[in-house]
Amino acid sequence: MIEARSVSKSYAGKKVIDGVSVSIRPGTITSFIGPNGAGKSTLLSMMTRLMAHDEGEVLVEGRPIGSWDNKELAKKLSILKQSNHINVRLTVRELVSFGRFPYCQGRLRKEDWAYVEEAIDYMELGPMQHKYIDQLSGGQRQRAYIAMVVAQNTEYIFLDEPLNNLDMKHAVGIMHVLRRLVEEKGKTVILVIHDVNFASFHSDHIVALKDGKVVREGTTSTIVTQEVLKELYGMDVPIQEVDGRRVCVYFG
Amino acid sequence: MQAEASRGLSVKNKLLVLTGLAAVMAALFLAYGVDDWSYALPRRLKKAAAIVLTGFAIALSTVIFQTITNNRILTPSIIGLDALYNLLQTIIVYAFGGMAFLVVNKQANYLLSIVLMMIFSTLLYRLMFRRENSSIYLLLLTGLIFGTLFQSGSSFMQALINPDDFLVVQAKMFASFNNIEYDLLALSYVLIGAVLLWYWRLSKYMDALSLGKDHALNLGIPYERVTRQLLVIIAVLVAVSTALVGPITFLGLLVANTAYQFLGTYRHPALITGAALVSFIALLGGQFLVEHVFTFSTTISVIINFAGGAYFLYLLLKENRA
Repeated sequence: MIEARSVSKSYAGKKVIDGVSVSIRPGTITSFIGPNGAGKSTLLSMMTRLMAHDEGEVLVEGRPIGSWDNKELAKKLSILKQSNHINVRLTVRELVSFGRFPYCQGRLRKEDWAYVEEAIDYMELGPMQHKYIDQLSGGQRQRAYIAMVVAQNTEYIFLDEPLNNLDMKHAVGIMHVLRRLVEEKGKTVILVIHDVNFASFHSDHIVALKDGKVVREGTTSTIVTQEVLKELYGMDVPIQEVDGRRVCVYFG
Repeated sequence: MQAEASRGLSVKNKLLVLTGLAAVMAALFLAYGVDDWSYALPRRLKKAAAIVLTGFAIALSTVIFQTITNNRILTPSIIGLDALYNLLQTIIVYAFGGMAFLVVNKQANYLLSIVLMMIFSTLLYRLMFRRENSSIYLLLLTGLIFGTLFQSGSSFMQALINPDDFLVVQAKMFASFNNIEYDLLALSYVLIGAVLLWYWRLSKYMDALSLGKDHALNLGIPYERVTRQLLVIIAVLVAVSTALVGPITFLGLLVANTAYQFLGTYRHPALITGAALVSFIALLGGQFLVEHVFTFSTTISVIINFAGGAYFLYLLLKENRA
């Protein structure tokens, strides 16, 4: 289990995360939602040691995240940030093979390549595995990065706005893959997501953040309500039920 | 990898081509127009030994620097390492006069330069990373400002000393293989050897580091510890090459980028070998031109800066279009 216990973070005297406690349930998809500047990405970065926290503690399997060995932690949790610009020219296969670094320190053995092959197949990247990343479309590129994380084979997978700049087909495709990772491989997925409807349709658990604090936390059905969304976004969001799932109609 | 193999020459063969070219250059440099072998060969061998060491140090330091900064148009000179060297040499002449380099112990000057550059880069790193979330760009910018400060300090003192002394300083400011400090050659080999062993322990991280900080952290690399050590390694490499022949880090830009473009790989063992070979070719070839075409009327740094400058402009224009 991964949990944050009253963590805080300040930038230049201003608290962007203020005493947040969150625990992640294994085997689920958890979404962090909230308005711009709520601190979603900051929280995600602190829970994955990309950023240090000022106060409180982040516990991974009961141990403070800072006391973990770097290599061991990289086998436990992986994080994919939203801006993935890489300066190096890599093929898809080469990128995915980097996911095995925590296990083999760059010298891939037979079993490492097996994981790479599997991740490529899993993300349906086989036909383009020898293409360079910069030759791919946005959706394909996002799948390639996720394939790297799949090859890393960690229990916890953190994703920061994985649907950014994707059209609806690719966005839905990514969400289905994440669901499969949970169902078939028993992974735990935690993501920052901008569109409430994607969170509503595809996550089990939602953490609603505003101004660096947790406004509400709970199962999807308890969060996607008019009352909570009003508190969160400061606007009335009509909610419709479509096939038993809640859709927020926030466009007009 | 299969993809690489299918596109023209494999990386291995490209490295063989470079090795061949470097061997030809070395042969030309050592054997061209020799009348008296017993006189010329030992001298030329010694010079070649200095060229090879310098070329290697510059290639390695630039490739490492570009990997940790994730930027291919930078060289370590941006953080002011050679400006610091210039400042130190100017201070010595300012304090001891034009005969300074005869008075001051060479080894002491050399070691002092190296230690100062190491201390400077460590301090720079400490200063920047004491605060969290400081990016490598802040480090570069701070280094740039310090470099300018050092350069201005040198210029100021150079304006105060008499013209004869100034000529002595100026000779130190331009890289040249015509007056190598051969007394320092053996010590330099030892130092570079030691640094190479140190780098060896970190080399496994290099490919993953080139993906950038977030990916490197995700893959379990102790990012701060590794970059801090790499920065000290860079300082030693730059210090040794600068103290031996003068400031020549611009060459690094040329050779590192030629290696990236020609080899088309991200793997550091190949990149470093390639950059070092290109470096040997450029330096041996350049020095050959200096000695036999320009008959010592120019120094190698002029040639390197001219070729490097042209190449740099080409890079900028190309990046601009992309």
